[in-house]
Formats: sequence, C-alpha cells, structure tokens
Amino acid sequence: MQKRMSLKDILIANAVPITFFILTFLAVLVAKIPILFLLSEIVRRLSRNTFLVLALIIPVVAGLGLNFAIVLGAMAAQAALFFVVDWGITGLSGILLAIVISSVISIFLGWIAGKTLNRAKGREMITSMILGFFANGVYQLIFLFFVGSLIPFKKTDFLLPQGVGLRNTVDLFGIVDGALNDLLTLNIGFITIYIVPLIFVVGLCVFLTFLLKTKLGQDFKAVGQDMHIARTAGIDVDKTRIIAVILSTVFASIGQVIYLQDIGTINTYNSHEQIGLFSIAALLVGGASVKKANIWNAILGVILFHALFVVAPSAGNRLFGQPQIGEFFREFIAYAVIAFALAMHGWRSRKGK
Amino acid sequence: MVNFGSLREAIKRIDIPTLIIVFFLIGLFILAAATKVSVTTLLSDSIVRIGMNGVLVLAMLPTIRAGIGPNFGLPVGIIGGLLGGLIVMQYQVAGPIGFWIAVGISIVINFVLGWIYAWLLDKVRGQEMMVETYVGYSIVAFMSIMWLVLPFTNPEMIWAIGGKGLRYTLTLQNYFDKALNNFLRFQIGKNFSFPTGLVVFFAGSCYLVWLFFKTRPGLAIDLTGQNELYAISSGVNPKKARRNAVILSTVIAGVGILVYAQSYGFLQLYQAPLFMTFPAVASILIGGASIRRATITNVVLGTILFQTLLTVSLPVLSQVTRGDITEVLRLIVSNGMILYALTRTPKEAS
Amino acid sequence: MSRLLEMRNINKFYYGNQVLKDVTITLDEGEILGLVGENGAGKSTLMNILFGMPVIHSTGGFGGEIVFKGERVNIDSPMKAMELGIGMVHQEFMLLPGFTVTENIKLNREITKPNFLSMVFGKRLELLDMEPMREEARKALDTIGMHSIDEMHLVAGLPVAHKQFVEIAREIDKRSLKLLVLDEPTAVLTESEAEILLNVVRLLSQKGISIIFISHRLHEVLEVAHKIVILRDGAVVGEGPKEKFTLFEIAEKMVGRKVENLELPPRKVPLDENKIIMSIKDLHVHMPGEEVKGFSIDIREGEILGIGGLAGQGKLGVANGIFGMYPATGKVTYMGKEYQLNSPLFALKNGIVYVSEDRRGVGLLLDESVEMNIVATAIQAFGMFTKRFLGFTIYDRKAIREHALRMIKELDIRCKGPAQPVRRLSGGNQQKVCLARAFTLNPKVLFVSEPTRGIDVGAKKLVLDYLVKLNREHGITIVLTSSELAELKSICDRIAIVCEGKLAAVLPPTASDVEFGLAMAGELEEVKAHG
Repeated sequence: MQKRMSLKDILIANAVPITFFILTFLAVLVAKIPILFLLSEIVRRLSRNTFLVLALIIPVVAGLGLNFAIVLGAMAAQAALFFVVDWGITGLSGILLAIVISSVISIFLGWIAGKTLNRAKGREMITSMILGFFANGVYQLIFLFFVGSLIPFKKTDFLLPQGVGLRNTVDLFGIVDGALNDLLTLNIGFITIYIVPLIFVVGLCVFLTFLLKTKLGQDFKAVGQDMHIARTAGIDVDKTRIIAVILSTVFASIGQVIYLQDIGTINTYNSHEQIGLFSIAALLVGGASVKKANIWNAILGVILFHALFVVAPSAGNRLFGQPQIGEFFREFIAYAVIAFALAMHGWRSRKGK
Repeated sequence: MVNFGSLREAIKRIDIPTLIIVFFLIGLFILAAATKVSVTTLLSDSIVRIGMNGVLVLAMLPTIRAGIGPNFGLPVGIIGGLLGGLIVMQYQVAGPIGFWIAVGISIVINFVLGWIYAWLLDKVRGQEMMVETYVGYSIVAFMSIMWLVLPFTNPEMIWAIGGKGLRYTLTLQNYFDKALNNFLRFQIGKNFSFPTGLVVFFAGSCYLVWLFFKTRPGLAIDLTGQNELYAISSGVNPKKARRNAVILSTVIAGVGILVYAQSYGFLQLYQAPLFMTFPAVASILIGGASIRRATITNVVLGTILFQTLLTVSLPVLSQVTRGDITEVLRLIVSNGMILYALTRTPKEAS
Repeated sequence: MSRLLEMRNINKFYYGNQVLKDVTITLDEGEILGLVGENGAGKSTLMNILFGMPVIHSTGGFGGEIVFKGERVNIDSPMKAMELGIGMVHQEFMLLPGFTVTENIKLNREITKPNFLSMVFGKRLELLDMEPMREEARKALDTIGMHSIDEMHLVAGLPVAHKQFVEIAREIDKRSLKLLVLDEPTAVLTESEAEILLNVVRLLSQKGISIIFISHRLHEVLEVAHKIVILRDGAVVGEGPKEKFTLFEIAEKMVGRKVENLELPPRKVPLDENKIIMSIKDLHVHMPGEEVKGFSIDIREGEILGIGGLAGQGKLGVANGIFGMYPATGKVTYMGKEYQLNSPLFALKNGIVYVSEDRRGVGLLLDESVEMNIVATAIQAFGMFTKRFLGFTIYDRKAIREHALRMIKELDIRCKGPAQPVRRLSGGNQQKVCLARAFTLNPKVLFVSEPTRGIDVGAKKLVLDYLVKLNREHGITIVLTSSELAELKSICDRIAIVCEGKLAAVLPPTASDVEFGLAMAGELEEVKAHG
C-alpha cells in the first residue's frame, strides 16, 4: 500500500468539487454577472444555508449515510413558525421561541426517524427519503385539513377561504422576517453581511468539532465504521444511531428557522421539500461522500453550489436564449451530483468487497 | 373447488396494511352507498384507472424478482415511452395506429436506455434503490432541458407564443387518444361503460410477462433474485439475468406510460414522469409483494386496490371534507406502504 | 496457584442436537489450557458459553454451572464476561480500520475528562483525553513486547500479525483481565510470528493471567500449554497435564471414533486404478476461509473419493473451485480433455454436478417448492421439462410434477407434497432435495460437500446409502468432502486429506486414526521423517 497520494489520486478524490468549480467558473464567465453581486449573493447564502448543510454531517459519520429525513426537522421549524405567527410574537423573541418549539418537536421526530432507520439497516438512505415523503403527507394533512378545524388558528388571513387549512404562502413580514439578520449587519461597499446567522454557523461548526472529539463522537465514528465490532465492544449501537438522527433533525430545524427568517415567507407546502435536496447536493458538491463528511465540505459546497445556482439562469439565457434552461440545468446538476455520489458509493463498496 | 385450508393460508399471508386498505375500501363503498354517489360510476372509473395504471405497476415486477428491489428509476422507461408518443405526434400519425407505432418506437428506445441503465445499476450493486431514484430525477431534469431544445415543430406540440420548446401537456385528441379505451368499448346501463381494449391490453401484458417468467431467461431472473448462488450453480450468469430484468422493466414502463397517456388523453412532460414512480411502487407492495418477492397476482391485486381506493375516496370523501384530501391520502398511503416494506424484518429471516 | 475457573457439567443442545455432553474443565490462575478438537467437536460452543454470546441464550441457554474465582456466576452477555475479566481474541479481527491502534485498544473504554457541556448533558459529552489513552496503549503493547508497533498508526495499514497483537494488547489493557481466550491465534501468522505469539502467551501466564489456547497446530499446543483438554463430539475424551500426552495420542483421541461399518454392496465392474476421469494439477481456489493453494489429485473413474481435513484448510475449496463457484486457477483434465475452470455452465454441460456444503445458502431456493428446487437447474442448464407454447419455450408443470413425485418416492423425501416450500422441511429432507436435484442432472462426477452436516442420524444413513447407490448402480464417480472422518471412512475408496490448501496425504479408509489425525494437523510427513 502506498502512503503518499499522487496528484492523480488527489484529483480523483476531489473530482466533484473540481468539476463543479470549473463548471461554475465557466457559467460565471458566460453569464457576465457582476462579480460583486455574485459575491454578495454567496455571502448571504452562506449565512442562510450552511447551518442546514452542517446538520447532515453527524449521520454520515455515524454510518447512516445522507440523512434525507432532515426534511422532518424543516417541517418542525415551519410548524413552530406558524404558531409564532399565530400568536403574534415578533422579533428576536419570536425566533427564539420558534427555535425552542421546533427543537422539541424535532427531538420527538428524530427519535421516531432513528427508530425507523434502525429497522432498515443497510438501506437507511432510501428509507430516510421515503420517510421524508411520508412525513410530508402527514404534514399536509395537518396544515391543509386540521389547522382551522381541529387545531385553532386565529390569523384567518393566512387560512384558505373556507377557514380550514393554511394558504400556500405564509408571510413572515413584520413578525420574524429578518429577525436574526438585522440584529447586526456589516456593510462592505455593496455587500451586506448578516453577522448573527454567521455566528450561528460558526457556533455549530465549533460544536460539531467539539462533539466529534467527545466520547459520543468517538462512538459515532466506531458505529459508523462497523456496527458489529462496536456492539461487541459494548457500545449501544441502536441508541447511538438514534442520537445521531435526533441531533441531525434538531440542527435541521434550527437551520430551517434561520433559512426562513432570511427568505421572509414560508412556502407552506414546498419550502421543506427542496431543503433536503439542495442541502445534500451542496454537501456532496463540497467533496463529501456517503461515508465521509466534514464542516469544510459543507462550507465549500454551499459556496460552489449556490454560486452555480445564482448564475445558472442567466447563463442559460445567454447560451440558449431561455432562462428556463438554466433553471432546469441547475436542477439537473443537483440531482446528478447526488446520483453520481451514490453511484460512486455503490461502486466503491462493491469494489471493497 | 375451493380448498379451505389453502384459502386460510392465503389470508394468513396477506399483509396487515393490505388488510387495512381492504377494510378501508369496503368502508368507503358503504359510505358511497349511503350518500348519493353513484356506485356504478365509481366502478366504471375504477376499471379505467386500473387499466391505465396497471402496466406501469407491472414494470416493477422484473426488478423485484431479480432481487434488486422495485424499479425506482421508472422515469427512465417513461422517457422512452414519451419519446415514442412525441415522434408519432411530430409525424402526425393520427388515430389508434399511432399508439402501436409509438409502442414500437418506445420499445426500441427503451431497449437501448435500459441497457445503459442496467450497466450502471450493475456497477452499484447493493445501492440500486437510491441510485435508481436519483437517476430517475436526473433524467427527468435533463429531459426537461431536452424538451426545450429538441427540434419538434408540430405547432400542436410547441408553445403557441415564442414557438420554442414543447408544452407541459400535449393533447392527444387528434392522435391516439383513447386508442385502447374505445376499442370494443360497451355500455351497461347509463353509468357503466367497459373499456374492453384497455382491460384486454393490461391482461395481455400480464399474461405475456407471466409466460416470460416460465421461460429459461425468465427463470434465470427468478433464480438470481431468490438465491444468487443457487443461480450461479445452475449455470446462470446473474449479471445478464439482472440486465434482462432491468431492460424488461424499462420497456414495460415505456409501454405503460403510453397506455396511461392514451387513456388520460394527454402526454405529460417535464416533471410529470416523477409522479408515476411512487404510486407504482406502492401498488405492487399493497398487492402483497415485498421488496424481494412479487408475483403477477400482487401486481393485479395491488393495482385494483390502490386505484379503486383513489377513485372511490375522491367523491366520497369530498362529501365530508375538501376533495384534495385524496391527494394527501395518496401521499400517505403510498409512502407509508413503501416505508412499511422497507422497514419490516424480512419474513424469510428465520 | 488458586483455582480461577471451573465449568462444571456443561450441556448444550442446538435444536435437539446435543453438542456438549457433561463437559467439565478447570483452570488455575496463570495456567495455560490447550483446547483441541476437530471442527464441530464443541470448542466454539464452549467458548461462546463462557463469553455469554447471545447465540447461546437465543437457543435455549445451557445446562451446568460456571464457577469463577470461587463464585457461581451467571454470564448472560459478553459485557458480563468482560466485567468478570474474561477476554477473547476472536478468529476474525474485531478492529476498526479507520481508528488508530490506540483508539482500537481503548475502544469503548476511552479515558475522558469532563467539561461544561458534559456536566449538563452527561458523561458521553466528555472529551477524549488522548495523551493518557496513548500512554496506556503504549504500555499494553510494551507488556507483550510489541515495541515496534506505533500506537498512533491507523489499523488499516497494519500487517496481519500486528493486528493480532493489537487485539491481544486490547485485552491486556483491560486491567481486570484474568482469563484470555485465544481462538486459533496463529492461523494467520507465519512460523516466526507464531513463535513470538507463543512467547507472549507464556509471558502473560507468568503475569498470572490464565489462558485458553485453541489451535489446530498440535505442536504449538504441546509447546505452550500446561495442560490439555481434548474434545470430541461434544465430550471430553482426554484431559491432563501436557506431559501425559504425545502428538500421536492427541491426534488419535481427537479423531478416534468407532467406525460403523456400512455393508457396502459390491461393484459390478471392479475399479481400475489407471482409469482417470479427472486429473487436477496445482489447483488454486480463492475461497475466503477455505483457500486452496496448489492441490493436486487424480480422480479414478467410478470411485468414491473422500476429501477430509480441518476447517479452514481448504478441503471445501476444492469442489467449489472445480465447479466454478469461486475463482480458480490450475490445470485440470477431464476425460482426456482440458477442463474449463470458472464456469458452472461448462461443468454442468459436461456432467459435473456439485452439491454445496452450504445447503441453505447455495443449495436451495428456500421459498420455492420442492419440485422447483429439484428441476430448476435442469430447466436452466439443459432445457429439460420444457414445452413449446405460443412460440415460447416454457417449463412444463406436468412433466415437472411427475418427475418430482418420482424423486420424492425414490428418496423418501418427507414433505406435504411437491408444492411445499423447502424452508419448512427438516435438514435431512432438504438434503435429499439437494441430492434429487443433483441426480436429475445426470452427473458423471458428483461433488458432494458436507452432506450430513446438521441432520439427524437416521437421515445421515439414508443420505450415505443413496450416495453409495448412485455410485454402484449408476456408476457415478463421487467426490465426498466431509469434516466427519467416520463418514468418509465408511463409504470412501480413498481419502485425501487437505492441509494448508494442499494435499497432505491420500489414505485408505483402513488407515489408523493416528495417521488421519497427524495428516490433518499437517504433521504426518514431519513425524514420519523424524520418527
């Protein structure tokens, strides 16, 4: 076995980020987007999306693969925000309350998700994905049919005309819109930096780094490598995995609160759906795999993935005269990156045998 | 001759979710009878929906039997089917003959697509379901771009204004709309019409697949799925068997979407192929299949149960609440079913 | 020296089969016990009981009692065993490749230090304290003289022998360790590495740690053990200080069995030594756990050739390799022509049929009917039992049913009918289905591996009788691979013993148990050479 990696090995190991970098770079050239605008967009998206992407790391380390069930956390966050809106609690206190409520719901949901995934060892990813879809059904049942009928909701302007079910969009304006962003901003010329969400991101990075150095983190790594050996050594494998899923779900819910206060409106039936896809794609673009992920993958991934996201429509417009092509293209890229990462994972684990 | 012992065995083998759905369905029918909803119309609609969805469900059978689980990459085959339909429209082949030509073209296209798809799946043994899902998503997104740039020129197909790219839904009215449904269709009473061609086509497809699984290549797929080592020791090349299964599934999916489209009256492009997969997977599971074992009976029974459930619940439940609850119901039932199948401890493990 | 462990009158049943019969062993502090026996003699089961493995308790527990340090103990989980100070080094490595040596040695026994968060959320959030962990790992490695292993190295890159020592170091590091079980610790080591390991074992013994040393290398056992226990068929057949035994005696006791002489019917045509149906030269088979490394033999037409040997020595690899279940290389001539390896289809087409040792894993479609199990291969490989229908060649239910009923009758397969899934049949009847499948394929040479494993005595006799019948009445050449020497002796014309992947000896069934025992341990040549 050779210890030193050759240049070729390094290139192959980082094929995804490098390809993506080239792709984004070309798209930027084609799109002729002002670089300052791009920069300000990326900075904003870093503060908006990174927390969600970071939420995916622990399950990867614990051997559960990409946790598509973070949408459960996102749903919890939206549910919490709906009630904060209903109770009319504004500003920072609204955000903090939303974080507390959504975390509590997420602990419960994460526990269920963890239990479910423990019953599907070896096919956690597809199960977490279907679990997300299933939860989406239950979510729709609650917020389309129960809110306003079984669950009281006072703000009738957010309800559908019949008085049952939430509208397609719930506006956070004047309630918690930008409540974290606007606490502290830094303007460098054209670029506005929202400090507080970035502090949250940095805080989570520090916490994850800390966590992976604790006994619990060591157990995650052990379980992630080989459940059988971990169990023989006396580690409670199932419980450890459940904790991993709970942490991931809770972080996802906090991430979604951060995300939504930045966006300013909740797309009641869509916001959470895309979160899973884009967060996972971003993590993979950053060079993570199904078995390995760290905070740098998350940060790099957010930068690269969202840079392409920003420029793709105008690049598509310039190249084909249709902005739609750019939109489909970035969607294709998101899916293709995941498909590619999964295929590489399948191929490697087969070769390893 | 009814063998009560084996009947009891059969009932014992039915899954709990299947039973729940059966009881739910019976409840709905009772509710339908109690309200003003016409049961005969419901039955008639159910039969149409069973026929139009059945072939897509059938596409799940080969991959399950080959041991690689339900074909979550159904959109791959659907794309091939859509291309067949689009080509027929482009060349303005009117009438039912267009359906058969579209089927022919789609089979050729899907043979190639299926081959490539099978090659990929072989590389990722053990991770098929995830890879399938995302290959499905990817190809749909990719084809969305293609729908915009492919050189289709028939004005009935492209956007009226601007003239570039295909529309979201293309009406088949002047083409092969209801090509099967109206074949030998007959009417009983005011509310019940029987789409003979459609039902015969579904039954025929099932019969052909059933026959295929009695031939040597079909048996090879079966053996591979049940016990790969047994298959090898029987002289089977499992790679080839799995490849055949994937190609077969892809081809059936292409035919399936055309059957669906002729009954629906529209070809749906862009995101639409994505929404066919999970109901199809759920159907075969509701019919009693697991992710490792499935029979034609599972296909037929599952399609009947699931489609009847959807048809009946809409008018009946809309008496109680808003009609769009059926859409939510579909989500919960189909994904709940798949979730159940993924998480249950295999019966085989003894 | 005081008494450390007593396992008294241990009895264990697996599904009605008694695998341990009144086994009693005792062990003093610092004593090394050499435990020897053939596979299936009950060694692993005994150790599993001692280690509280779940497999024991999920199959109804065991009879008898365990006394540890003078107290009766109830070891119901591996954790309990560890708490008592019982450690085990398993045959397969229990190391995490992505962790360093230190992390592996301290796995789940990490040294941690508290912090603010751990005070709120509990001990699991305490930070790992790498420095003392590293020191202790170093100490453990030094204790067994492994100064050359870097404690911060990743396990993934370590040579096999070092992994073995890391495992031992991990057990040593458990300060409460009183008893260490080493299960075939030298199997993966070279001779010089094995020598080092034996020294480590002695060293540990001097430190007062008792050791149970399981090995098939008898000379190692004689070299290192203070006392020896020989198990055979689940019972203790020899016990005492090692001075009491010679290599010969151990070998004899290990395999010795009263052979029931089957009345073998005479052949119509006597065997011709020069008529070779298959000649195998330098066969290598890459079968994990049963590697074949250069096996050669000539198989005579019409004979029943036995292949014996200890587990892991490669006897099972031979048939698997010839039939093409595992990648194989070598020069094989079959009926005068070159034989194509790695193609089960080629084998089948040329009349070579294989009945796998892994009945449930390879030999059967557990959820399929008896009849499909019998005919599926015949349909697949030869297109037997098929008919034309609507342009398709499909299989013919009627023909299948007829044939299945005939086979069920001939082999006396006890089932509810040809449509019953084979999963619900008993082991013996499942084996008969496998034989029916093999016979349906009209074999010229039939490779049968472990045909009587896990089936009851009555069925055993039926299976062996049927093999003899196939041989005598249909002239089928049979290669019977088995761990049960008695079985080989009862029906074979010659018995080849495989050791370390090579042919160790070809013996007549009348050869003495000593010879067989020594051949299996790979020491027949050595003993012959040195007297």
